[in-house]
Amino acid sequence: MHKGKAILRQIALHLFLLAVTAFVLFPILWIVSLALDPRNIDKPLELRLIPPGASLHAFRKILFEPFRLLCRNPSDISTCMTFSKLLFNSLLVSLGTSVIAVILGASAAYAFSRFQFIGREAGMLGFIVLLMLPASATLAPLYVLLSQIKIGGEPLRATLPGLMLAYGSGALPFSIWNLKGYFDTVPRELEEAALIDGATQLQVFRHVVIPLSAPAIAVTILFGFMSGWTEFILAWTFLENPSRFTLAMALRAMQGQFATPWSEFAALSILMSIPVVLLFFALQRYIVSGLAMGAVKG
Amino acid sequence: MKGVAPSSRWDSFRRKLRASLGPWLYVAPAGIVMLIITFFPQAFQVWMAFTDFRIKHLRFNLFNPNTWEQFAPPFVGFANFYKILTNQLAIENYDFWRLLLFNIVWTVTNVFFHVVLGVGIALALNSRGLKGRRIYRALFVLPWALPGYITALTWRNMYDPRFGAINQLIEVINRTFGTSFPTDTRWLEVAQPPIGGPLSFLPLSFYCVLLANIWLGWPFMTVVATGALQAIPEELYEAASIDGASGWQKFWKITVPLIRPAMVPAIMLGTIWTFNQFNVIYFISGGGPFGRTEILVTQAFKLVYEQRLYGVAAAFSLVVFFILLIITLINNRITRATEAYYA
Repeated sequence: MHKGKAILRQIALHLFLLAVTAFVLFPILWIVSLALDPRNIDKPLELRLIPPGASLHAFRKILFEPFRLLCRNPSDISTCMTFSKLLFNSLLVSLGTSVIAVILGASAAYAFSRFQFIGREAGMLGFIVLLMLPASATLAPLYVLLSQIKIGGEPLRATLPGLMLAYGSGALPFSIWNLKGYFDTVPRELEEAALIDGATQLQVFRHVVIPLSAPAIAVTILFGFMSGWTEFILAWTFLENPSRFTLAMALRAMQGQFATPWSEFAALSILMSIPVVLLFFALQRYIVSGLAMGAVKG
Repeated sequence: MKGVAPSSRWDSFRRKLRASLGPWLYVAPAGIVMLIITFFPQAFQVWMAFTDFRIKHLRFNLFNPNTWEQFAPPFVGFANFYKILTNQLAIENYDFWRLLLFNIVWTVTNVFFHVVLGVGIALALNSRGLKGRRIYRALFVLPWALPGYITALTWRNMYDPRFGAINQLIEVINRTFGTSFPTDTRWLEVAQPPIGGPLSFLPLSFYCVLLANIWLGWPFMTVVATGALQAIPEELYEAASIDGASGWQKFWKITVPLIRPAMVPAIMLGTIWTFNQFNVIYFISGGGPFGRTEILVTQAFKLVYEQRLYGVAAAFSLVVFFILLIITLINNRITRATEAYYA
């Protein structure tokens, strides 16, 4: 009797999750179908996953041919960007953004969660308030500002670390608020025990709070990565040298032409989502870390 | 605190101030980055809002005094704000108060669906003994993983009246089930509201952009909720089961209070992001039909890129800022998000 109920529950759950899957995949399969379509059209003419004459040509072109739109010298093909170079830049910027968001964010969030101090509430609101002016409006002033800061004779704005800083500051409010909310749920008794055993405040933070907050840290890394991975407007305005361009910018460049190469456009979008899914797979273990413990006991 | 002398009150304030130094050192690195990268540009923006900044003033450079005399924009005080709030901008279909109402309806409906779906799906994925959990979880981040404006363009094409996937899907349903729904609906252009009465200010395209943005937004909430669910010790549910609690009771008495600290920040930020969600509105409905799905940021964008009225756009951003600030302060009052948990 009890077992039958459990099976029914499983079936109901799967029906629900399959419905969600269908909802999630419908637009994505549409993009896949565009990428396989040799006709370079902006929308498939009928509902078919595999269009007539389907080929992987667009994927091959993206992966192995140089991007003729992004070259330092348009007449010399060897100065053009390739997928691997763009991927490297994208990874660098996105991981850098994650690092800034997690390290600076965790430090601030810990103070906001654990200490009672003057200006705490104002400080926390201060971080979130800065998100409220529409980002598009601050582009020009930020451009002017970061152009004034020069590193090695080059404006900070036109370098990848400059981009990391800009994205990192965009990701910080979420990082701080998200981590603060999670730190609140970590029992303070554990910290107190460590302090009594002679650990310093910093050691407690690194060896007690951070490991116990793995799910929130993983979510923050993912979020920081995402904000660096897909952004192109700011990068497009700031970077000058094509050798620093990212994948999101390459995607944007394709759309700027007279006729968008839709198949390649779709293929590149799909390729771009793969690293994110891989990162999520890698982090999933930490996001759901508590579950494993529960399962052992149950 | 009767009989406390002013001097000792000053002393205790100084002691508190000294005790605040340590915590502020933890905040400083993040604070300095935000100050340089975000605060200064925003301050510049505030100044712009009080000037009649136009295209001819673009060569003005705050750090170069030579450009001041020739290119500095004229100061106009509150004129920009007055024009915005009294609908005196030369934009088609412009009505500030309708925009604001629509923006609020847009935000509330979206965040509601994001949270309900996000938490619901996180709970479903978290249930014990579920097979294929990892595969579902990986698939469900896909809407978040694809670049936002790609999916916006895709959704726009899906609503295409002739070749769009939505109409094609309806055709397939008609063929399979013998129904006869119309297959040529102009989803983004129909001016006649699908639901009348108090909701008649929402055109069909509102429901279309809503659906697209629900698709985009809930995976984020699911990821945050999944993390939060991990903080709940399994023993609590076991103890509740022994005491005879129903599933519904366990949800409201254990799950909701315990994931609340992690969900509140996500909801507050989700509100701000959705309020300023540019991609979905701009690329899918473009604010149509007749500007009835326009939100404040898309309107501000048009001021910059179609009219080149930088000063007015800056003032517009400031208005958006104050509206969001009020919403956030109310939110914070209700949810007590900024309070230290162990105060």
